[in-house]
Amino acid sequence: MIYRSEPMGEIKLTPEGNLEISKEWENWMGGIAAQNKLVSPGMRLGNEGRTVKPGNIVTNGPYAEVKEIVGGLSIFRAESIEDALELAKSCPMLNVPDGSVEIRDIIQMNG
Amino acid sequence: MQEKELIPYLYRTEFRKITAVLCRSLGIEHISIAEDLVGDTFLLAAETWGLKGIPQNPAAWLYTVAKNKAKDLLKRNTLFSQKISPQIQYATYDKNEIEIDLSVQNIQDSQLQMMFAICYPGIPPEAQIGLSLRILCSFSIDEIADAFLTNKETINKRLYRAKEKLKQDNVKIELPSENEIDKRIENVLTTLYLLFNEGYYSSNNNAVLRKDLCLEAMRLTHMLTENETTNKPAVTALLALMCFHASRFEARVDSDGELILYEDQDISLWNRELILQGERYLNKASTGDYLSKYHWEAAIAYWHTTTNNEKQKWEKILSLYNQLLITEYSPIAALNRTYALSKVYGNEEAIVEAEKLKLDNNHLYHCLLGELYSEVDIQKAIEHLLQALKISRVAADKKVIKNKISKLGKLKNV
Amino acid sequence: MGNMASKGQLANSGTRLGGDGKAIKPSNVVTNGPYAEIKEMITGIIVVKAGDINEATEIAKGCPILNAGGSVEVRNIIPIGAN
Repeated sequence: MIYRSEPMGEIKLTPEGNLEISKEWENWMGGIAAQNKLVSPGMRLGNEGRTVKPGNIVTNGPYAEVKEIVGGLSIFRAESIEDALELAKSCPMLNVPDGSVEIRDIIQMNG
Repeated sequence: MQEKELIPYLYRTEFRKITAVLCRSLGIEHISIAEDLVGDTFLLAAETWGLKGIPQNPAAWLYTVAKNKAKDLLKRNTLFSQKISPQIQYATYDKNEIEIDLSVQNIQDSQLQMMFAICYPGIPPEAQIGLSLRILCSFSIDEIADAFLTNKETINKRLYRAKEKLKQDNVKIELPSENEIDKRIENVLTTLYLLFNEGYYSSNNNAVLRKDLCLEAMRLTHMLTENETTNKPAVTALLALMCFHASRFEARVDSDGELILYEDQDISLWNRELILQGERYLNKASTGDYLSKYHWEAAIAYWHTTTNNEKQKWEKILSLYNQLLITEYSPIAALNRTYALSKVYGNEEAIVEAEKLKLDNNHLYHCLLGELYSEVDIQKAIEHLLQALKISRVAADKKVIKNKISKLGKLKNV
Repeated sequence: MGNMASKGQLANSGTRLGGDGKAIKPSNVVTNGPYAEIKEMITGIIVVKAGDINEATEIAKGCPILNAGGSVEVRNIIPIGAN
């Protein structure tokens, strides 16, 4: 799942340098983990950004053709896209300004 | 100490030490020979001490005899291998000096090295535990059979196969290298935790044996903390976890040997000393940049030892279970998380979460739903408990479930 | 990618995203297909090790998708580890 929302400003970190996770997110992810459907909590994408376009054109900031930027992603395990949708419906990202969740299936690349 | 008690006592404490050193000297292919040699030493002690009296320093006597027997064996083998069979090779032999080092340091080192050799992923977990009990804890084959609720032949077969596999795979008796150690230690800790659980959750009626298993697991885990290479935060975390669990030993079982659930336990029977010990270890373990699942479990166990602020306690426990599950899934953690959730958000919400777990073949799943439904829908609660009763295979658990069903039945009829 | 791996810059071998998808917005409005407020969709992700974002951007310039008219977004990562 790919999370998008309006840029959210400062990102809070724990003393160890990890993302400080809110109770809502923790409960949501914990609930999915309890169903044995969490593959990876994934990552939050930071506020630093660069966008590279053909011709070596580099612009500052996250990719921002529209106002929402990608905030992060997680990887889940679901029987079907509908199953994944069920999981996504209670995602805290949907309670955030212009928040959305995109569900995509994954094709593993071999290293 | 009486001579009658002395030898069994020494067997318990010294068999494992001498065996570990000899295994190292003779090599992994000759574990059985090492065991027999030490066994013979004790037999000799039993014969001679009865006649000639107990030596001044009994342990030293044992060490000397074992050393000499081993040297003889190696000497004979040197001749044997030179003349007859080049295939049978003993790990260390030098024609000029055969030294079996039974110093405190080498005993400690050898035991640790044997631990890593025995906790080898290539042999099944029960075999790892069985071998650990034999070589690292001085358990007799009978005692191991007792612990596993099986017979001598099964254990002998199991251990024999395990030793053959160790030989086949040429497992080295040594501490893993710096870059391998984290992975190998994970396996050792799993085995030690399983060993602890054998005692803690055992369906065995022998309370002394169960406690013994837990204490042995704790002793071995503690040994890991005494060596710089193996003293990882995860080890200390596991030790903390074991302390917290062990603190409730007296309160968990009543005089008839029946299980008493956490909520019903007499808190005054909890061992305060062990709880404090656990806290000290947990604090110590909170270093380094990697939190193992044992850290989470220990923290959860810690919060279970507190009794003052219920709301905060269960919120913390829920949060910790979330983190634990995000780190690594296990059905038990999933069920326990749901229980904690019920304490924070109520039974109805917990029931919704529980039904997503899809653990229908697990009797604890039905116990949980039975518990959660008991305030909401007694009929459903009883249905789940009956299902739990059907699936459960442990007598002590069945008893607890039956009790619950009859309690609910009474409520229903009122 | 072989280039990156040999220089020790590759952290994982990457993931390609399939063409199907669903997007959810608040009030559970569900639309079919990948997120389509914009015409480009995300086709893949790769995690690399770099000293800073400028170094990462240099690496990004070598990505083949640029030859196909696509773009590469470079972002710093905050792990969602355990607290």
